[in-house]
Amino acid sequence: MAEQARESILVLTDQQLKELQRQSGRENLGRAWFKFSRNPLSIIGGVTTLIVVLLAIFAPYVTPYPEHATIPFTDFANAGNPPNSKNLFGTDMIGRDIFSRSIYGFRFSLTMGLVVLSLVVPTGVLLGLIAGYFQGTRIDTLIMRITDIFLAVPPLILALAIASVLEPNLFHSMVAVSLMWWPWYTRLVYGLASAQRNEFYVSSAEITGASTPHILFREILPNCLSPVFTKMSLDMGWVIIIGASLSFVGLGIQPPKPGLGTMVASGTNYLPDQWWISLFPALAIVVLVLGFNLLGDGLRDLFAAEEV
Amino acid sequence: MNLVKFLSRRFFHSIFVLLGLSIVIFIIARVMPGDPARVAVGARAEDWVVDKLREQMHLNETLPVQYGYWLSDALQGDFGISLVTRRSVADDIKEFFPASLELALFSLIITASMGIGLGMLSARHKDKLVDNVVRVFSYLGVVTPSFVFAILFMLLFGFVLNWLPTLGRLSEGITRPPTITGFMTVDSLLAGDLEAFADAGKHLILPALALAMGSMAQEARITRASMCENLTKDYIAAGRALGIPERTITGRFLLKPSLIATISIMGLDFAGGLSNAFLVELIFVWPGLSRYGMNAILRKDLNAISAVILVLGVVFIVVNITVDLIVSKLDPRIGLRSSRSD
Repeated sequence: MAEQARESILVLTDQQLKELQRQSGRENLGRAWFKFSRNPLSIIGGVTTLIVVLLAIFAPYVTPYPEHATIPFTDFANAGNPPNSKNLFGTDMIGRDIFSRSIYGFRFSLTMGLVVLSLVVPTGVLLGLIAGYFQGTRIDTLIMRITDIFLAVPPLILALAIASVLEPNLFHSMVAVSLMWWPWYTRLVYGLASAQRNEFYVSSAEITGASTPHILFREILPNCLSPVFTKMSLDMGWVIIIGASLSFVGLGIQPPKPGLGTMVASGTNYLPDQWWISLFPALAIVVLVLGFNLLGDGLRDLFAAEEV
Repeated sequence: MNLVKFLSRRFFHSIFVLLGLSIVIFIIARVMPGDPARVAVGARAEDWVVDKLREQMHLNETLPVQYGYWLSDALQGDFGISLVTRRSVADDIKEFFPASLELALFSLIITASMGIGLGMLSARHKDKLVDNVVRVFSYLGVVTPSFVFAILFMLLFGFVLNWLPTLGRLSEGITRPPTITGFMTVDSLLAGDLEAFADAGKHLILPALALAMGSMAQEARITRASMCENLTKDYIAAGRALGIPERTITGRFLLKPSLIATISIMGLDFAGGLSNAFLVELIFVWPGLSRYGMNAILRKDLNAISAVILVLGVVFIVVNITVDLIVSKLDPRIGLRSSRSD
């Protein structure tokens, strides 16, 4: 009986096996897309994000006045114009088109989000994997206690403190936020990995003599990834908000560069009369973050990842 | 785990977290370019004065020794002199912390009542118009940064409608009640000054609302989700079949288990709100700890920065322990456990 069963498995050639895997992969993807596309909010989020990213990439071609955002530019004759047909969002107090500057502002916000996440996700995930797999050992204690320290204070405050001791610019604000953000991934992956390490497939790998890196990266990691991706999508929004907050208080992107937070801050001096200077960049932040949040929520429903 | 054991364990754990935090803060303070002694006495002071001060501040010692001195001072409540106010940092904190706490607590009341209320409303009218309006509102609330809310409210209620004051804690011309608790509303009531109480209350509304919006929206979403989930449970159907009034079912059977997730998140949000207060207090010129900390950050006043962060770390830990206690009361099955990794 057992012989027979084994033979019926062995008749599959490698090629057939690969074809089967490919098919089931395609089916899973199709099912996931069906589930995702049934929720209109996820679609709105996805489309918003896509539009914002495209606008940011093609900013020089889609903005009416790219020079208002890229070089030190002044046009005092047109300063402080309310929104009109030539300047959709109006102009600021030195005559720059706020629409063009907001689109360029997307570039800085997206850069911030991408760079921070590409720094913190690998770091946080690696530490979480190690701590989770070696749960109960000294390595676990060391990593998780350090993580706890960073989680003991809301990220914005330490990011502000770190940014304050550095020269204020985009790069340093990204460093400050990154230093604060990795523990959230460590904690997330720690929980996932420590649950996975007791599964049979992990002990099978251990028994067959697989190396620790193989177990960590080829066995456990793939089973922890979907919550991580979901969190990344949601975090894009939060990182952008924190970046804008740092810029808002003058610790991020410096004028004349068009950071969205910087633009909101510069407009607060002219409230309530020239309300458009602050309001439109603020709305730009909201649209940007809303897109990533809707997208992230769609992904979360898809993976049904409660942990994120 | 019984209460004493739980508290002592968490307390013990907290000490290590705070020690670690103090090391992080100390490192941040010391990597900063510039000579703290020079900064303290100003650019015009003569070199020998600076040298003397360096000696006095133990700046010539190695870093671990410096940390030892700094920590032993900090444990005695001595964080040095603030460069901004030129006063002892400990005194500054005593003065500014109550204002922040008053704001944070008031915003917590708004968060809890409105957030849970909207969530219940949304769950009761699931997939109806009310529900959709609340859901859109809560999405916008979650994604809008608090400083944007602050500016919008200031513009709308302060300038366009001119309903509420936008700056500080009290209007000009109103005498400040004697400081007893440091909470302006409580102090004015204790002094029996109703005019000042009303004025202080009005000043609280806009900053507290700006601070509350994000977490209120979050609370509404979470309450809605867990109530909708619990509504499908058998015990609710059983209650209805037994003819128990809907009001009792919602109020007694449904709400309690549904609030567990809400309260856990509310604790995190309360602490997160303290960091958003850094921006909100700045905009509304609220003389609180966060505005003090923000000014310290902008002027690189490291003594003040360290102290503010440590105080917030303590608040964060206390809030977390409190949340765990409340949750264990709401659901005895969970028991006293730690929301953290251990």
